[in-house]
Amino acid sequence: MYTQSFSVPDGASKADKKAVEAIDPPELMDKFNKCIDSDGRIEPQDWMPEAYRKTLVRQISQHAHSEIVGMLPEGNWISRAPSLKRKAILIAKVQDEGGHGLYLYSAAETLGTSRDQMLEGLHSGRAKYSSIFNYPTLTWADVGVIGWLVDGAAIMNQIPLCRCSYGPYARAMIRVCKEESFHQRQGYEALLVMMTGTAEQKAMVQDAVNRWWWKCLAMFGPPDADSPNSAQGMRWGIKRISNDDLRQKFVDATVPQAKVLGVTLPDPDLKWNEQRQHYDYGAIDWDEFWATVNGNGPCNKERLATRVKAWSEGQWVRDAALAHANKKRTQKVAA
Amino acid sequence: MNTKTTESKALSEWPLWEVFVRSKQGLEHKHCGSLHASDAQHALQMARDVYTRRQEGVSIWVVPSNNITASNPDDKGEFFEPASDKIYRHPTFYSIPEEVGHM
Repeated sequence: MYTQSFSVPDGASKADKKAVEAIDPPELMDKFNKCIDSDGRIEPQDWMPEAYRKTLVRQISQHAHSEIVGMLPEGNWISRAPSLKRKAILIAKVQDEGGHGLYLYSAAETLGTSRDQMLEGLHSGRAKYSSIFNYPTLTWADVGVIGWLVDGAAIMNQIPLCRCSYGPYARAMIRVCKEESFHQRQGYEALLVMMTGTAEQKAMVQDAVNRWWWKCLAMFGPPDADSPNSAQGMRWGIKRISNDDLRQKFVDATVPQAKVLGVTLPDPDLKWNEQRQHYDYGAIDWDEFWATVNGNGPCNKERLATRVKAWSEGQWVRDAALAHANKKRTQKVAA
Repeated sequence: MNTKTTESKALSEWPLWEVFVRSKQGLEHKHCGSLHASDAQHALQMARDVYTRRQEGVSIWVVPSNNITASNPDDKGEFFEPASDKIYRHPTFYSIPEEVGHM
């Protein structure tokens, strides 16, 4: 569904502190830089600088965690979907998010990290995931707004990642982007239907838009001036478009959609700028954003607890499957 | 295999499998990613759910990742070099009079 479009360090682990900065051999570094400069792709077995590998492991695993945690706010509504059709759609979407998480974990594993290591990072609270999922989904309209705006913002973010310099990540993103379009359209369409309903239902849509709009703008990360790590990401071909440019693209694309839907976006400063040929928008509350990233959003604890519970309660299934596989293998050898 | 290894194995990760999908009859199987599963049958079921949710495939292969032998990227140069100076293996090496037409 969404990756942090900016570089957020995970919480420190003991291993990180002990690690000694390796010195990259200049001739290999040269080859690597040439490949990046010519817009080439790096594959798992190729030599790469440690910092590039680390950045990718962090970004891809955070992205995978976001997909997995992203199942929770919507999964919450599966049993309360207003019709069988909407329920089937929502199940399919949540299943997609799980699938996206799996593509991404696989891509990260090609860099030499293990699935268990990544999950341990998530479950211990050390690894970050997209802070957008730390807000609650209060009404059915939230499910529609997540599809329209949250997935819409995610698409803006993810399309440039299809050209990421690391092959397995780029390939995973191509697969993800193909499926993401369904997510956005189903959400927007669900809202269109609600907007033909009662005054109460319309108000519900407007309320959900009001609560999510600013959070979605913050998803693109801090302004370029405050994103010191962006330049390195750009240099490495991991990041292709800056936070502010992506955010602007998102605003420009969304304003006409809001008009068709019949809702207002909660920003008095939002207006067309003839000179820039873009929409101007108001100031984002970054303090609130960072508080959520740093663990103090409304649902951080609940989301993590739900993940950890699901993982622990599934342990016997994972053990049983392995035990069964081992038993069958031993029987085969004996026979 | 003694009991001890069996036990410690049961507590570790499911092994990794590479997944290849044939998108339609007549086309080759293409690598599309990897996944963890307890055994081959399980890997096939997982591959169906992870990689073919929208009828992307009519056939799936799963291969234990550690059974794949790959060429070494550091030897890319010398390993593939023998073919690089044999341009006469390509049809464009030969010029044919225009009046012959398509050949």
